[in-house]
Amino acid sequence: MIELSDFLILGALLFSLGVAGIFINRKNVILLLMCIELILLAVNINFIGFSAYLGDIAGQIFVFFILTVAAAEAAIGLAIVVVLFRSRGDINVASLDVMKG
Amino acid sequence: MEQVIFYVFAAVMLFAATMVISVRNPVHAALFLVLAFFNAAIIWVLAGAEFLGIALVVVYVGAVMVLFLFVLMMLDINAAPLREGFARYLPVGVLVAGLMVLQLAAVILSARLELISGTIPEPAADVNNIKAIGGLLYTAYVYPFEIAAVILLVAIVAAITLTLRRRTGSRKQDVAKQLSVKKDDRLRLARMRPSQRQGGGIR
Amino acid sequence: METVLYAIVLLPLLASAVAGLAGPWVGRRGAHWVTILAVGIACALSLWVLYGLVWGGLEPVDVTAYTWLSVGDLGLEVGFLVDRLTALLMATVTFVALMVHIYTIGYMHDDPGYQRFFSYIALFTFAMLMLVMANNLLQLFFAWEAVGLVSYLLIGFWFTRESAIFANLKAFLVNRVGDLGLLLGIAVLAGAFGTLHYGELFAAIQADPERTVSLLGATEWRLATVAALLIFVGCMGKSAQVPLHVWLPDSMEGPTPISALIHAATMVTAGIFLVARLSPLFEHSTVALTVVLIVGALTAFSMGLIGLVQNDIKRVIAYSTLSQLGYMVAALGVSAYAAGVFHLFTHAFFKALLFLAAGSVIVALHHEQDMRRMGGLARYMPVTYATMLLATLALIGAPGFSGFFSKDAIIEAVGHTGGPWASLAYWLLLLGVFVTALYSFRMLFLVFHGRERLDEHARAHLHESPLVVTVPLVLLAVPSVLIGLITFGPVAMGDFLYTDGAIRVLAEDTGLQYLAAHYHGVLAFMGHALQTPTLYLALAGVLVAWLLYLGRPQLRGPLTAPLRPLQRVLEHGYGFDGLFNRGLAGGGRALARLLAQAGERWLIDGALVNGTARLIGRAAAGVRYSQTGLLYHYAFVMVLGLLLLIMLFVLRTLFA
Repeated sequence: MIELSDFLILGALLFSLGVAGIFINRKNVILLLMCIELILLAVNINFIGFSAYLGDIAGQIFVFFILTVAAAEAAIGLAIVVVLFRSRGDINVASLDVMKG
Repeated sequence: MEQVIFYVFAAVMLFAATMVISVRNPVHAALFLVLAFFNAAIIWVLAGAEFLGIALVVVYVGAVMVLFLFVLMMLDINAAPLREGFARYLPVGVLVAGLMVLQLAAVILSARLELISGTIPEPAADVNNIKAIGGLLYTAYVYPFEIAAVILLVAIVAAITLTLRRRTGSRKQDVAKQLSVKKDDRLRLARMRPSQRQGGGIR
Repeated sequence: METVLYAIVLLPLLASAVAGLAGPWVGRRGAHWVTILAVGIACALSLWVLYGLVWGGLEPVDVTAYTWLSVGDLGLEVGFLVDRLTALLMATVTFVALMVHIYTIGYMHDDPGYQRFFSYIALFTFAMLMLVMANNLLQLFFAWEAVGLVSYLLIGFWFTRESAIFANLKAFLVNRVGDLGLLLGIAVLAGAFGTLHYGELFAAIQADPERTVSLLGATEWRLATVAALLIFVGCMGKSAQVPLHVWLPDSMEGPTPISALIHAATMVTAGIFLVARLSPLFEHSTVALTVVLIVGALTAFSMGLIGLVQNDIKRVIAYSTLSQLGYMVAALGVSAYAAGVFHLFTHAFFKALLFLAAGSVIVALHHEQDMRRMGGLARYMPVTYATMLLATLALIGAPGFSGFFSKDAIIEAVGHTGGPWASLAYWLLLLGVFVTALYSFRMLFLVFHGRERLDEHARAHLHESPLVVTVPLVLLAVPSVLIGLITFGPVAMGDFLYTDGAIRVLAEDTGLQYLAAHYHGVLAFMGHALQTPTLYLALAGVLVAWLLYLGRPQLRGPLTAPLRPLQRVLEHGYGFDGLFNRGLAGGGRALARLLAQAGERWLIDGALVNGTARLIGRAAAGVRYSQTGLLYHYAFVMVLGLLLLIMLFVLRTLFA
């Protein structure tokens, strides 16, 4: 039988990988977006696990909404990346320091 | 049996996630992300969330990841410098990730929360997951559902607005402009003195 | 009855608004017609009310018209208390105001601020009526401030004159001192009894006259004394008693009708009215009454002396007003409220007349006020001369004239009161009679008799004033002469003011009661005057004035030479002005300068305002380096925060 803790540990590991990915990749905005997708996936796995464990379908509804928002986020994020690339010629995160104080 | 299947797919998923953050080529990273999503979908189906598993494949693998790949290939990115400093930032990333794993483990494994002892119950055979989600989504969560729809619409509009570009130099017909044109826009009367030279003419 | 009261109060206000706000549209004629009509109706109605209260069987009215707000048990209300005291003053105020309105047509006819002036005096009439008709202390205070405001506006009516601005500022500031006292007194009463309504206050005091209040820590003071003294400070400010008198002579910078209406007949007597109205309170404090007596007597004598050395015709009358106010206050000090109020009543007529006559002279001489450049005017201005002579006779107390009865009653009442302070006051008041006669006739002789010291230009245009000026003079001269004969018996000697409880006297053996007990009619009182020194002192004053200014002017030099130092002291007004200007005003300005430099520039501007900006600027300069603009730095900080939060949760919840 699958334990609840299996889901939770899987989610935790996936989340940590996503966070680590943000730190490791400093050159490519698209990779950052992918890491964010990983993090959201980790959260979703937690939701699914608890939903199954508690027998409550509401958790899955939340996953549904998270998927919706994540899709919107990805679309807009990529649009921004496209505009960024058009105006600057690269998508290096380290060169985005317009807000520097 | 189920546990074994779970572990196998979980291991593949973690491997794919590791590759996402470490491979050199962004296109490869996107493909590994697809792999990770596929495995996640399988695990969800395993947990009884069939609708969401399928939705994940359709929406993410089918749409979002294609979008990622599309953008990646559309932009002319030089892959080589993108990996610069990978070794430099690796220790920090590993450190942060390790700390986070430790803390999350401390939470999950804590005896006080009793999260370890529970097993996922077998989903009842007569429960239709899609029907259940639909029933809840269109009753109790109908208002958030509408909001989600609006969010998607806004995302569409935003994405189009951001990337819309009027090309200069493209020749196209503007019917309204043609219709509203006036005589003064096109015709100019100039008064000129005749040439002074006797017997002058066009030579 | 209540409708009538509303009409009396609101008509002048309405007229003031019309003349003031719609001045350009109604024009000059419109402005004076609307205000005169309103004040005239108010005057007629006031006379009707007075008649009704005395003969017509009207009952005294005490109504609350409007509750402004209630704070706990304390209700702040607008209401009217109309008894005989109020009615008497209403009639006086509106009558004098009406005369002044009419007179103003002539006096101000070539002034560009014509409508403004009428608006102000109508507003004043409204405020003064509110003051005397109030049935609670708060409304009285509001009206008190309103008349002060109008006084301020009118003293500075010619606001392009430096001296007028100085004078109105001075009047305003000096009155603030008095008003603070009044406000504190009202606060003490409100705090102790929880009501500001006259009737309830008096009942409460009556019930427990020995009640104490603790001030300045543990010391217990008698409530009645504290409240009465504080309120009397307000009276000293408004009625210009020593040492808060300094504003009144300077207020003569205002147009003459104002000097007559506000600074002689009505507003300055508000203090007298206040003390009389609050007689049930003052009666419970012997200390306060003694202070009132001394201040009044001192003012009466010392201010009269200053009048001797003034050369400006209006300032002479101003000091005369101060002196007469002193008489009224002194009367209040010996519980002779009726005599004080009666003197207020008669004084309003003859002093307004004096001022208006002086104004007539001033206008005829094209705004010349220096008596050294007048003389011999009697020939040119017979009506003005005759009325001024009558007013002067009334002022010095010639038997039969209105001033004679009121002043003699005061002096006799003080004289028949026991105690060392009363004796001192009696002598001061007696000497004051001589001084009054001296300066009054000095003025009369300098202006109307003797050699003509006019310049040629003025003489060429010299003529009697027009009817709008002389008619009010004549109309005022009638009561100045006759009102005493008619009303002295009932008002001052009888129980006119006592029957309906307007004024209460506790003691059984006051000087006034002694007088009333031995009063046998007007003629007997006049006959009795032959046996008192008052009449002879007045005669002596007139004689000395005649001798020095008409008969033997050459004696003046040798006689006054030894008195030069005294004269210098008097010309400086005992140094009050210098003391206040240098000490208080100068000190205040020095303090203000110090605060401006140290407090405003250094502390607030430098340290607080700019200091805050500088501090934030410097802090920002340091913190700015953390703002790299790089996305992963922000992400790092976010994740760090997340780690810390989880850590907190782990440590606090799981391993606690």
